[in-house]
Amino acid sequence: MVKEIERAGFPVVHMCTIIPISQTVGANRIVPTIAIPHPFGDPTKSPEEEKALRRALVEKGLKALQTEITEQTVFND
Amino acid sequence: MTYRVVHYINQFFAGIGGEEQAGQKPLLKEGIVGPGQALAAEFGDKATIVATVVCGDGYFAENMDEATETIIGLIASCKADAVIAGPAFNAGRYGTACGAVCTAVKDRLAIPALTAMYPENPGVDLFRKETIIVETADSARGLRKAVPPMASILLKLLEGRELGLPAEEGYLPQGLRKNLFRAEPGAERAASMLVKKLRGEPFETEYPMPVFDRVPPAPALKDLKGARIALVTSGGIVPKGNPDHIEASSASRYGEYDISGVSDLTSADYATAHGGYDPTYADGDADRVLPVDVLREMEREGIFAKLHDLFYTTVGNGTPVAMAARFGREIAVKLREAAVDAVILTST
Repeated sequence: MVKEIERAGFPVVHMCTIIPISQTVGANRIVPTIAIPHPFGDPTKSPEEEKALRRALVEKGLKALQTEITEQTVFND
Repeated sequence: MTYRVVHYINQFFAGIGGEEQAGQKPLLKEGIVGPGQALAAEFGDKATIVATVVCGDGYFAENMDEATETIIGLIASCKADAVIAGPAFNAGRYGTACGAVCTAVKDRLAIPALTAMYPENPGVDLFRKETIIVETADSARGLRKAVPPMASILLKLLEGRELGLPAEEGYLPQGLRKNLFRAEPGAERAASMLVKKLRGEPFETEYPMPVFDRVPPAPALKDLKGARIALVTSGGIVPKGNPDHIEASSASRYGEYDISGVSDLTSADYATAHGGYDPTYADGDADRVLPVDVLREMEREGIFAKLHDLFYTTVGNGTPVAMAARFGREIAVKLREAAVDAVILTST
């Protein structure tokens, strides 16, 4: 899905936990997330902390979308 | 002589446990464990499985260098003549581990090694050039069929006999080219191939084109403040009750749902349809998979112009690549009609 949407000309950020799968599939902008069952959350934290964590991840995703790249890039920080 | 073979398997096939035991560090077990039985039967008296090395798939994936080092040490301590790994079928981390172990064995111990997996296993693309990979079905149901070619190819490698073509022997092509003489010259073969093609008959190319399935990165988003952002997910987030009946695995459809006016995905209204991962956390708060709450917040703050009113969702569990590609193409058309500027795609 990532690739076909990008092929149509949209910048896509793939936010996921299993980075090697995303790389093999061929996503170009990849942002690693927290865990498979809760990529944008951490149930061990309070709802406020969890939301802050989620917001930071989404901000990272938006930054990746605004970053010009020439090849597959994993945005680690 | 009877060759000494070491078998590499994961925690699951060793009977240690499933995902909860994936952190298992490498360990050596004497003799045959699990699928080694079938291999041993096939070897007969020509080779013996002297030991089995077991490593958790999670541990290997997270500590590749260290795990490889330890495993090579364990194999070397067995005075092995060859190593056989798997079969890994369609298990991605297991396939990657098998490929990495075989490659390291070949490079560092200079003895034959081979593994076996399903052609779509990510381990195939990573290691097919370095190691022989026997083709298998996508699940352990294919064990019986996988074993004879694994054993016969390993024995050939041990005895220094030449391997036939991949299709004859049952392994995946390694991208090697060999010179050989044919009775008919190239021009005749090409002409007869063309005739078959024109007639719509099946023919076999002598030079398959490589498939470079890569898409160049789209240009970056220039104007975030004025941008319309859309959400797409393979994490299976759906309105509670899964109105379009998206399958828990091998999805044949995707959903399009309206979130205009929704500022938080609550457990009362949203859940996941995805099988294969523990749904507790996604069902408890679907924002953990599809971050609508924070995107809505950022939209209000004017960080970007608009969160697209519709989100697209499917289940990425065992969904065939061709199916996912079709969803992607269809979704892209809709996103274009809606003048979306950029996409956040989330996966579990």
